Amino acid sequence: MTNNKTPLIEMKNISKRFGGVHAVENVSINLYPGEVVGILGHNGAGKSTLMKMLSGAIEIDEGEIIVNGKKASIKNPRESRALGIETIYQTLALADTLDASANLFLGREITNAFGVLNEAQMELETRKVMKTLNPNFTNITDPVNSMSGGQRQVVAIGRAIYFNAKTLVMDEPTAALGPAETTMVKDLTLRLKTEGIGIFLISHDMGDVFELCDRVMVMKNGKDVGKFDIEEVTRDDILSLIIAGQLPEGWKPRNKK
Amino acid sequence: MTDTNLNTHKQESALTRIIRASEVDTRMLGMIVVLVVIWVGLNIATGGIFLSARNLYNLAVQTSVVGIMATGMVLVIVARHIDLSVGSVMGFIGMVIAWLQVDIFPLNAGWNWPLSIACGATLGILIGIFQGWFTAYRGIPAFVVTLGGMLAFRGGAFLVTDGRTVAPMNKTYQLLGGGIDGSIGTTWSMILGIIAILVIALGMYRSHASRVKHGFPTKPIWLQLVMFAVIAAVIFGFVYIMNSYNKPRSDIGRGIPVPVLILIAVVIVMTLLSRITKFGRYVYAIGANPEAAELSGIDVKKVTTFIFVIMGILCAIAAVITTARLNAGTNSMGDSSELLVIAAAIIGGTSLAGGSGSIPGAILGAVIMQSIENAMILLGAGSGERMVVMGLVLIVAVWFDTAYQNSKK
Ligand SMILES: Nc1ncnc2c1ncn2[C@@H]1O[C@H](COP(=O)(O)OP(=O)(O)O)[C@@H](O)[C@H]1O
Ligand SMILES: [Mg+2]
Repeated sequence: MTNNKTPLIEMKNISKRFGGVHAVENVSINLYPGEVVGILGHNGAGKSTLMKMLSGAIEIDEGEIIVNGKKASIKNPRESRALGIETIYQTLALADTLDASANLFLGREITNAFGVLNEAQMELETRKVMKTLNPNFTNITDPVNSMSGGQRQVVAIGRAIYFNAKTLVMDEPTAALGPAETTMVKDLTLRLKTEGIGIFLISHDMGDVFELCDRVMVMKNGKDVGKFDIEEVTRDDILSLIIAGQLPEGWKPRNKK
Repeated sequence: MTDTNLNTHKQESALTRIIRASEVDTRMLGMIVVLVVIWVGLNIATGGIFLSARNLYNLAVQTSVVGIMATGMVLVIVARHIDLSVGSVMGFIGMVIAWLQVDIFPLNAGWNWPLSIACGATLGILIGIFQGWFTAYRGIPAFVVTLGGMLAFRGGAFLVTDGRTVAPMNKTYQLLGGGIDGSIGTTWSMILGIIAILVIALGMYRSHASRVKHGFPTKPIWLQLVMFAVIAAVIFGFVYIMNSYNKPRSDIGRGIPVPVLILIAVVIVMTLLSRITKFGRYVYAIGANPEAAELSGIDVKKVTTFIFVIMGILCAIAAVITTARLNAGTNSMGDSSELLVIAAAIIGGTSLAGGSGSIPGAILGAVIMQSIENAMILLGAGSGERMVVMGLVLIVAVWFDTAYQNSKK
């Protein structure tokens, strides 16, 4: 990869414990502009926990995060967003009784000089964003709990891309989506990549991983069990890492065979 | 996209289409219908006394205290908390105000009543900070904090004067209670009514114009005109009734009572706060999904504390009206009114699951509760019977609501 540039994000020797559970143990990973890095592993491997430390949703126990070459202390979601990091959470993190527009701008509302919400402006912007994601999305003013799983996911994605992210964290973004919407998310990912945005992608779908990722890291029981360029590995290699925590016997990089 | 909403809606009747287009909450509409039915029924049961100008005037005054506190309770419950202490806090603040006004400050001094109100409001803020801090920053469930507050402040109300009733209050202050001179007269009532109708017309026009300008979907013009006509008729009818209840032994109409004016002002401020400010948006977001609110960068603890501060201020306002109306401070003021306040909010559609509820709904809830209580008094029912009926009304109301919510899914 383009190792001469400064990485967008460097996560160094990160650890996190929940009581007796070592959710993340001494993991290091970096991300360059215009790169998609896949984070793979079983349920409970620690993928979401690692990403939540970058998003400021949980605090780091040990290790450091460097953003654009500068050491960052991310203590809450606001500080993460201020560094240009946007997150699509696995749980979507939507306020269910509010509409798409309220969710898109939650915590960053457009207000007038008196601190009054500018609903019209927010609705206008929301309609624009949603149109680029899904032209059929018109029920902007319905509460999101009346929407399908796919539409809810689109709202969460819209929220992450609206604010000109430099780094995007996508935690299983296509889990609730049908085929058409999955294609939309993949196209979107590739478009953002060409715009120079760095993306961490957590996914269980090997098809997505091989189509989108430049590099992958596999985690097992909170540990990093291998980082590879996508050209070096096959599906079976990755599955072996996920399940057994190691490569098949006699492994050679697939692109150098 | 596979599931556009083109095909998902079943065939709708013309009426449902109109209601949907009006964007009037169907639940709210249902409540208005229920209220009208109850009023007609109670009027027949009381042989026409219930809907007399005199009784409606009294009903309006009686509703204002519970209504004012219910507007704050909506925010508390929307944010997934509860406040069991409001009755006691109201009683405590009322005692402090009465004690300051009668025992401490010179009774006839012009600054007496404004200063005692200011002290009451400050006390309300401090109590709000106290309960809000324990709930938000110390993670103690609001149920526990305010259950403690309910006991402690009731005790406080007793301790202010060792249980002694304090009276009479300052003459000017008494006007705030809506007694014989506690209303604004027919002319001012009419002027206020006309201003209100004009403001609503302007508001509806501007909101429509703004949607047209942005190219957003709009409601049909005829429907907006009908809605406006209904609202204008209600305002006009209200002013007319308040104006046609005369002062004793005279033909001078009373006009809108001061406590109701205060209630209207509180409803306007609280509705705006909840609908058009960031703070209001955050209250609903916290109730809908506290974790999402936190992840969106909302300072959940600060917002939560602020909700309790608002509740404290509203308790102080309610205390002012209660002491002014009684023309005294007694340590039993507001006894068990927390239950009426919570019931008003819940009957008004505030969901205990958090994230939804409306302030106008809570006022309707308060009016419904108070109407039933008022009519039972007219019919000569004792307090025991009233409590039984009110309790059952609450249960049945929530039962209907649950059934309605389930039928929508
Ligand atoms: N807030 C939490 N409190 C306690 N344990 C947690 C918490 N979040 C995650 N864990 C634990 O940490 C481990 C890693 O979880 P997670 O990061 O969600 O895995 P993944 O996203 O890879 O499926 C699991 O054992 C999980 O039970
Ligand atoms: Mg996960």
